Amino acid sequence: MNNNPIDIRFQKLRADNKKAFIPFITAGDPSTNATYLIAKAMIENGADVIEFGVPYSDPSADGPVIMRADERALAAGTRLTDVFDVCRKVTTDYPDIPVLLLLYYNSVFVYGKDKFLSACKDNGISGLIIPDLPFEERDELEPTADRYGIYLISMVTPTSFDRIRTIVPEAKGFLYCVSTSGVTGERQTFETHFQEYMNSLNNYSDIPKCLGFGISTPEQKRAMEKCCDGIIVGSALVKQIESAVHDHLSETEIAEKLGAVVKTFTEDFIC
Amino acid sequence: MKKGRYGPYGGQYAAETLMYALDELETAYRQAQSDPKFAAEYKRFLREYAGRPSLLYYAERLSNALGFTVLLKREDLNHTGAHKINNVLGQALLAVRMGKKRLIAETGAGQHGVATATAAAYLGLSCDVFMGQEDMRRQSLNVYRMELLGAQVHAVTDGTATLKDATSEALREWSRRVSDTFYVIGSVVGPHPYPEIVRNFQRVIGDEIRSETLERYNRLPTALIACVGGGSNAMGTFYPFIDDKGVRLIASEAAGRGMDTETHAASISGGTVGVFHGMKSIFLQDDEGQIAPVYSISAGLDYPGIGPEHAHLHDIGRAEYLPVTDDEAVDAFEYLSRIEGIIPAIESAHAVALLLKLKDQFKKDDLVVVTVSGRGDKDVEAIGQYRGRLKVGGMQSE
Repeated sequence: MNNNPIDIRFQKLRADNKKAFIPFITAGDPSTNATYLIAKAMIENGADVIEFGVPYSDPSADGPVIMRADERALAAGTRLTDVFDVCRKVTTDYPDIPVLLLLYYNSVFVYGKDKFLSACKDNGISGLIIPDLPFEERDELEPTADRYGIYLISMVTPTSFDRIRTIVPEAKGFLYCVSTSGVTGERQTFETHFQEYMNSLNNYSDIPKCLGFGISTPEQKRAMEKCCDGIIVGSALVKQIESAVHDHLSETEIAEKLGAVVKTFTEDFIC
Repeated sequence: MKKGRYGPYGGQYAAETLMYALDELETAYRQAQSDPKFAAEYKRFLREYAGRPSLLYYAERLSNALGFTVLLKREDLNHTGAHKINNVLGQALLAVRMGKKRLIAETGAGQHGVATATAAAYLGLSCDVFMGQEDMRRQSLNVYRMELLGAQVHAVTDGTATLKDATSEALREWSRRVSDTFYVIGSVVGPHPYPEIVRNFQRVIGDEIRSETLERYNRLPTALIACVGGGSNAMGTFYPFIDDKGVRLIASEAAGRGMDTETHAASISGGTVGVFHGMKSIFLQDDEGQIAPVYSISAGLDYPGIGPEHAHLHDIGRAEYLPVTDDEAVDAFEYLSRIEGIIPAIESAHAVALLLKLKDQFKKDDLVVVTVSGRGDKDVEAIGQYRGRLKVGGMQSE
């Protein structure tokens, strides 16, 4: 049965005819306590799913904003146990909000696959997004993830072309649809024709589909969510944390600021 | 069936954004491999442009000093002064075949960047090279050389601002412009099919050594010695000899300030299994998989990992990987310059140093081949400073 919190959440969103808003922040940026407070504020302001980045020394799929966030988190001494602690606190406070980790495969592999997935389960984590574990290498981790009931979230991109025929039917939870080529980071405009892109994916599965990479304004979000089931926003939020750190705001103030930013994305748009 | 595996190593741990491009590359490469015209064109490039075959030079004074026969495989005599051109001409030819108009590359010492810029000029392609800012400082002459050849050099300031960061940035750039861009990887690293492609374009080194020692000495060498960072010249040297169990394959890793310090770049001697830059291999990293900030005097060996096929050759005991410190490499740099009149690249000096360290293991009738992967002109200034003989602006007075 589908009792992963991701499935439950998307079933509810569909029943309510709503789209998911999925904010991303790097865990430990600028501190693990700040991450906890920011996550709470984001949930209180309408986030449906929370995605925490696990800080990494060499984030080769990320743009400069998230690279700097990873550097701040590592400089603050963030370790995997800290990331797991934040996840446990958030999922204890909000058991209906699925928490996902976005991380590089080396973080799982070196820690130990079984130990890592077991820690995910113990700390309430519902899924992992691992950009450098493509379909071809998934079976290295999927049996372990299945054993603990953790979803490996599949990604597709506009340059996946006919690869979607194998990727999409196997996806679990939701499909992470990368909006454009390149790395994470804000975009002014998108070259992708989203309706065609989503139609091509809908042919293979009715799994919820969320668009991410480069979506930075509430206007972009409202335009793009029409053709999918949810929107992931990362760099635009991380940039707000960066400027708050730069302005020496307290952890509480940073959380309030991020809550307010998330609200601009989630509040009903009234003409 | 998993692709591109060497024992447990290798694979395709790349972002989905790049997977189609990797599939496309593999398909194009397989077609090229079965096309005799491609092989003929590549051979012609090597002969007419790179100046191959490179000399297998009998180092008489060195041999007399050590008491056994030493041959130097003179990759330093190739056009652009290093073995890198062998691989770059092959990949650039593949890029043209695939209709790509733009080459990108990462570079450490600058030799691969120079070779890529050269191939781009030769074939009329545009070229962008990513280089760590620290390496740009260490190898400023090569930066200008690339610009002179029409390439644009992009400074990478992330992390340690060296080869690993340049590689990450080249991967990012490839994912931004995957449709018109060919990523020319400079070593036997990265996601499949790169380690295989680069090894196959570098095996010309070992193939020439094999046929020439058979022809001249009617036998195979006792041992082959080469330096490893990512490991392309060593892989090219070793590969044709893997089944010749009597031939010792020995590689020198950069031990920087020593294996008892944290400032080294010897992946096999000091690393653990991990996944980075698209491959599973052996890396210098902490207990949570954070990649270590490595160090070597040699920018070309200053990389926290090693190619997956090397990791496998080490596991099965077919090749030996031994550390060589900065000091030992600099001593060998000077020694070879004086005894043979050949100034090796500081990378290659790590291989020469290993020859000197292991000299007691060889007997009078042994035939040892050392691959001199590149020329040392680019390093003269840095070594002069290391010895306190040069300051910025010229020679110190005695």
